[in-house]
Amino acid sequence: MNKITKYVLYDIVRNRFVMGYTLLLLAISMSFFSFESDPNKGLLSLLNIILMVVPLVSIIFSTIHFYNSYEFIELMSAQPLSRKAIFLSEYLGVAASLSLAFLVGVGIPTLVFGGDQSSLILIISGLLLTLSFVSLAFLASVITRDKAKGIGLALVLWFYFSLVYDGLVLGILFSFNDYPLEKAMLVLTALNPTDLARIMVLMKMDISALMGFTGAVFQDFFSTNYGLLVALFVLLLWVVVPVSIATRIFQKKDL
Amino acid sequence: MFQVNNSPCWDHRVSRSFSRSYTTYPQHSSVQLCAFQTLRHSVSSNWRTCTLLTTIAFLICFTSYARLWKITPKQPLKQAIEQANAYDTLLIQKGLYRIQNIVIDKPLTLIGQQFPILDIQFKNEIFTVKSNDVTIKGIEFRNVGMTSMIDWAAIKVLEASNIRILNNRIRNCYFGIYLSASDHCLVQGNDVQGNPKEEQNTGNGIHAWKCDSILIQHNHTQGHRDGIYFEFVTNSTIQHNDSQQNIRYGLHFMFSHNNGYFYNHFHKNGAGVAVMYTKFVTMKHNIFEQNWGGAAYGLLLKDISDSHIEQNSFKTNTVGVYMEGCSRSVFTKNQFIANGYALRVQANCDDNTLTYSNFRGNTFDVATNGDVVLNHVSHNYWDKYEGYDLNRDGIGDVPFRPVSLYATVIERIPQAMMLLRSFTVTLLDRIEKIIPTLTPEGMKDEKPQMKPLKL
Repeated sequence: MNKITKYVLYDIVRNRFVMGYTLLLLAISMSFFSFESDPNKGLLSLLNIILMVVPLVSIIFSTIHFYNSYEFIELMSAQPLSRKAIFLSEYLGVAASLSLAFLVGVGIPTLVFGGDQSSLILIISGLLLTLSFVSLAFLASVITRDKAKGIGLALVLWFYFSLVYDGLVLGILFSFNDYPLEKAMLVLTALNPTDLARIMVLMKMDISALMGFTGAVFQDFFSTNYGLLVALFVLLLWVVVPVSIATRIFQKKDL
Repeated sequence: MFQVNNSPCWDHRVSRSFSRSYTTYPQHSSVQLCAFQTLRHSVSSNWRTCTLLTTIAFLICFTSYARLWKITPKQPLKQAIEQANAYDTLLIQKGLYRIQNIVIDKPLTLIGQQFPILDIQFKNEIFTVKSNDVTIKGIEFRNVGMTSMIDWAAIKVLEASNIRILNNRIRNCYFGIYLSASDHCLVQGNDVQGNPKEEQNTGNGIHAWKCDSILIQHNHTQGHRDGIYFEFVTNSTIQHNDSQQNIRYGLHFMFSHNNGYFYNHFHKNGAGVAVMYTKFVTMKHNIFEQNWGGAAYGLLLKDISDSHIEQNSFKTNTVGVYMEGCSRSVFTKNQFIANGYALRVQANCDDNTLTYSNFRGNTFDVATNGDVVLNHVSHNYWDKYEGYDLNRDGIGDVPFRPVSLYATVIERIPQAMMLLRSFTVTLLDRIEKIIPTLTPEGMKDEKPQMKPLKL
């Protein structure tokens, strides 16, 4: 299993795309931090980019990579190896390379310029976001054999989590305006990894004071270690659950 | 005719001459007024001649009447003050004085040398001033106890005029300087620092109730309930004060008409600055900054009318200015930088003008809770403005709408704050900017500046 992971990782790291992605992230973070004199503000601007770009790149790249290495996977399947091992090492390879890109591109500049608790949360949540979107990409890839369909599905997932979901939340808020929704909002947040990551970071910043009563409820939750652990656990679920479902499908799948 | 009683002959009601009168005239003037009343009658009404003569008269008078007492920590301060005659000067030497409450019921000058410490060990209040023409200077006050029935203070002034409280230090006191029903007082250069506990257990740094024509300047207040508090105070000037880290408000006033606030600095107060139910306020060159928190404001204006808020700077507050029920006020040349909300204008504000201000780096520039906007906004610089200027006159050709869709949504559904900084919100704001539908139609700057104003 380790061997396959290593091969996948080498293969991707040599790939120009991941290099480009790393450089892009590096350029964005460096420019934000040098542009804004206040590192906190740089962090906030960076957060917006991370929430958009990282999921998009993670999900699209992983899907494309999976389809491109289909033949390799088929070849491996012919060997005396369990399918689970093949699939998971494939996942680990992709996830590791993208995480590495994120850590170099965002992690290092953030730690250099910011280096407080909120930047640490930003890095952790960005990392988990990468992992969970790779995980979702693998789920999308095993559902259909057709590459175009798979990429389409991946895009729809990204679109849903980045855009549609928040629209739906807004719709729910409008229609259930009269009810106390603070607790419900916590649950709704947990159902979307990007929202969860965003709020985890925001709660560590000054800007949380803006958020009024809902913010106060969130603050109460996220400021405690318990809340933070729960949030991290939920994000981890967003990593583990899709990939385990995907593994199950892959094991039974007719390649 | 000149007055013969204790009050001085010049008229303090004219506020322009007010500050000058403190610096040019000595406080013992009323003695000489009594002594040379006959002289006065003979003098023509020429004011200058009169002043000159009274000054000379005062000098003679001073040497013959007023005495100088030196007090050391070994002597009981209370008895010394009781024994002193009116218009005497007491020099309080350096040292620690453990005292009881001292009532000052005659005109005296108390001058501390190298900050003698008056400590009352939380038992009572220190000075209760009940006479006119009292000067208290250069003394350190400590440990005034907390009460619920009476507001104990380091220096309390009751129904007096011409009181001067200069360069004192006040530490760990319930109330710092407390002026009640007094007029023509000067509070200058005092350093008032409380021990921050919860709001209920601490009083105000400088407290004025039902006063007229007072001047409060160059003071520093910290760690009290309200840094500076006014109720029913009129025709007064508050300038160059520094009020910070107070538990509630840096400055708080109610029903205090015709006052001016200049060059003050309010920062890191629990809830910022709140001013209410007042007409004809002038606030210029003040700095309001770093008032962060769920219920903190740079400046909260409630039922303020006919006022001028000019050339102030609002930096990094949760809400820069919060306006409720404000009318006919002028906001001009202010700086709003890096606030959560720069301005929150409730729909019950009318006829206010907001011009020539800079808005930079605020999360929300303006929020309002209704569709009707009865205020006038123009010639401001908005960093979020994306219009163009074809004729190059420095003024954008398309109006700017400072209220974003998201800000409107939040006013209706506060829970929507959860979506702060999400992509959806950015997108919605974009769409609204192109085709405005939900944001209030009237809230727009028809003539936005292309470049930041130099203020």
